[in-house]
Amino acid sequence: MDLLVTYDVETTTPAGARRLRKVAKICEGYGHRVQKSVFEVVCRDADKVKLVAAIEAVIDPTRDSVRIYRLPAMALDDVEHLGRPRGIDPRGPFVI
Amino acid sequence: MTELLNTLYIQRPGTSLHLDGDTLRAFHPDDEPKTPPKRVPLVRLDHLVAFGGVNVSQELQLRCAADGRSVTYLTGNGRFLMRTVGPATGNPLLRQAQHRAADDHQQRVSISKAMIAGKIHNSRQVLLRTARDSSGFRQTALRASADLIAERLNLLRDATTIDEVFGVEGITARDYFAAMPHLVTRSKEWKVAGRNKRPPTDPVNCLLSFLYGMLRGAVHGALEQVGLDPYIGLLHGVRSGKPALALDLMEEFRPLLVDRLVFTLLNRRELSDKDFDHLPNGAYQLTDDGRKKVFTAWQKSRQRAWPHAYLRRDVEGALLPLVQARLLARHLRGDLAAYQPWTVA
Repeated sequence: MDLLVTYDVETTTPAGARRLRKVAKICEGYGHRVQKSVFEVVCRDADKVKLVAAIEAVIDPTRDSVRIYRLPAMALDDVEHLGRPRGIDPRGPFVI
Repeated sequence: MTELLNTLYIQRPGTSLHLDGDTLRAFHPDDEPKTPPKRVPLVRLDHLVAFGGVNVSQELQLRCAADGRSVTYLTGNGRFLMRTVGPATGNPLLRQAQHRAADDHQQRVSISKAMIAGKIHNSRQVLLRTARDSSGFRQTALRASADLIAERLNLLRDATTIDEVFGVEGITARDYFAAMPHLVTRSKEWKVAGRNKRPPTDPVNCLLSFLYGMLRGAVHGALEQVGLDPYIGLLHGVRSGKPALALDLMEEFRPLLVDRLVFTLLNRRELSDKDFDHLPNGAYQLTDDGRKKVFTAWQKSRQRAWPHAYLRRDVEGALLPLVQARLLARHLRGDLAAYQPWTVA
């Protein structure tokens, strides 16, 4: 399934900055960063459950907000984009 | 829908790979210091293929082993060096059944016949599909080859020993590869004559050998995943260091998954003369750039869905080896009366 993950983590305190880094780290393990706090994720059903659980364990529900949009199938293959291009095709082959 | 996991190919010498949280980070000393590091989420990968001169950190290797993700190391030319995997899993009862089948001549012959029948059927499909898109002499020649190959199926039906099955396979392969010049447009430019290997002496054979290697890796991995021993073969004899069962199971995939891709790549001019190095010993070899193009095409073609005549549904190319390995396991365990090879309708 294709997901779009966006987050707002309050960084006025050092603890908040730590939470922000943790959330970013978790998202990096599942998808590709396309903007500062926006990730495109292609994953299986089980991975989504793990992703949600990992984020829930880290954030402070009274201060932070994470939104996970479930997109229609293959929606990430058809994205209109202006400006700096994203580096990687979400479903493309990986060759380094 | 199941999302297909990807294979990561790392071919740039000097690259080092590190574990960074749940991602893989690739680093190359020649990269600009300001460029952001290349990261790949590990959950999207089921396999790593590292070519010569690539350094994989131990943390990453251990993590891959723990997750059941194998790492294959190849030389710069694509020759297999080693493969690291985690602990052996799978079903000992299935492995015992496989070994018993390997000792049972009748069962060996019947499974081998099914696999070769699948290969012959799929070879015919390659010829017929190309014939449909061509005209004149080429079309006549391709149709004639397809008819010739169809007759071999009768020979196969009457085969009673492994040697006879191998004989039919050999004759069919000869007939099929004799039609190769008609499958590649501009075949003179590509020096298409027939099949040759060790070393391949024209670009077409170079591509075939390279992609057969990729297919072998995929089939080998699928067998291990299902819990079968890739080294105990049924058609191909057991020999030390020879993944005989992987070679057996590959047969039915060769024509459609590899040959067709090779002919398409050349006919659509996605590869040119510049993508090959001509070595002094007469061998042809892919350049780094050419290899990258072939990987991309291979990975794309693995996402393509193919009809499966026995299961009556479409299956992605990447999953076909796994599906067939499961069918073979079910037959060996006695749940299925016969092994059904993969054929397109």
